[in-house]
Amino acid sequence: MTVALLSLVGFFISLYLWLWKVGIIGTIVCGDGGCETVQLSEYSSFLGVPVAFFGMLAYGALIGLSLLGLQPRWRERRSPTVGLVLVAGAGVLFTGYLTYLEAAVIHAWCRWCVASAVVIAVVFLVALSGLWALRREEAAAPEPPR
Amino acid sequence: MAQSMNMKWFYAAFGVLVVAGAAWIWSSRGGPGAVEVDAIPVTATSFPGWVLGSDSAPVEITEFADFECSACAQFSILTAPDVRKRLVATGRVRLRFRDFPIQGHLYSPIAHQAGACAGEQGKFWEMADLIFFHQTTWVREGRPNKSFEDYAKQLGLNMGQYQSCMKERRHAGDIEASRQAGLQLGVNSTPSFVIGGLLVVGALPYDSIARLVERAEARARK
Repeated sequence: MTVALLSLVGFFISLYLWLWKVGIIGTIVCGDGGCETVQLSEYSSFLGVPVAFFGMLAYGALIGLSLLGLQPRWRERRSPTVGLVLVAGAGVLFTGYLTYLEAAVIHAWCRWCVASAVVIAVVFLVALSGLWALRREEAAAPEPPR
Repeated sequence: MAQSMNMKWFYAAFGVLVVAGAAWIWSSRGGPGAVEVDAIPVTATSFPGWVLGSDSAPVEITEFADFECSACAQFSILTAPDVRKRLVATGRVRLRFRDFPIQGHLYSPIAHQAGACAGEQGKFWEMADLIFFHQTTWVREGRPNKSFEDYAKQLGLNMGQYQSCMKERRHAGDIEASRQAGLQLGVNSTPSFVIGGLLVVGALPYDSIARLVERAEARARK
């Protein structure tokens, strides 16, 4: 549940940044001009696609997986949680790289990007702890009779 | 039972978040200060800045300025006219303006785009003067794009060209080139000036600039 709610927050942050990038939102509210600097830098696109779009895809996948994992048929299965850990893990790595670029290369901070980095890191930790709890439950479950 | 109550609360919270997020995005759309842009990556170009004065002037003053910085506006209004009249027009100094939009200024990136788009039509200095002169107005009103369009009309710019330039952020790379050049020189506040190789910070009065120019002239003569 926490993952779904946090991912929804992350999704809207990514959507906001992407809409600004494609010109639908005119002025980015940042409290600081860093967002413009970062979003206008050459690093704001990856393979010709705004990085915020990849964020939307990742958060969308996290929302889908977490909602799936909440359904009765899937609640006891491990695959949705494993999927969450993998997607969030990839997100943490990519966001870590982008945060490094902000600090060391662009020399500007985009607060929305930092907020997204915090969200994806928390999502990853929560998903990881969920996976850990599942493994413990599996280990504690009595052996089926032979 | 407890599980189903939890799920109800979860779906309620999820729904509230969806509605709140959608409302936020919807209210952010467009807006009076909006500049519609195409998604283009920005790479710093080799743009050298906007130059006023003779190529053969013995001294160059490079100004790193931010259009939303009040000290820069103060310099532009109070001191720059003297500098242009007494130092640039007399062939002693060549003035170079380099964009240095600083963090914390919401409208600076748009203002610098407007300056560059006017510069594309040979009216950078005139646009820069208007932007600085009316700084308090366009910052207070929060509709910089509208204000800059008015200045562009006032200067007789080709509005189609100006608008497409703004929309495409055509000079974002040039602005970034100037910002990077400033960072490399150690500029961290505006206005900053490089006069005869010396980096000085702050809205200097004319007399201080003249003294630094004289020193640079003397050094150039040696």
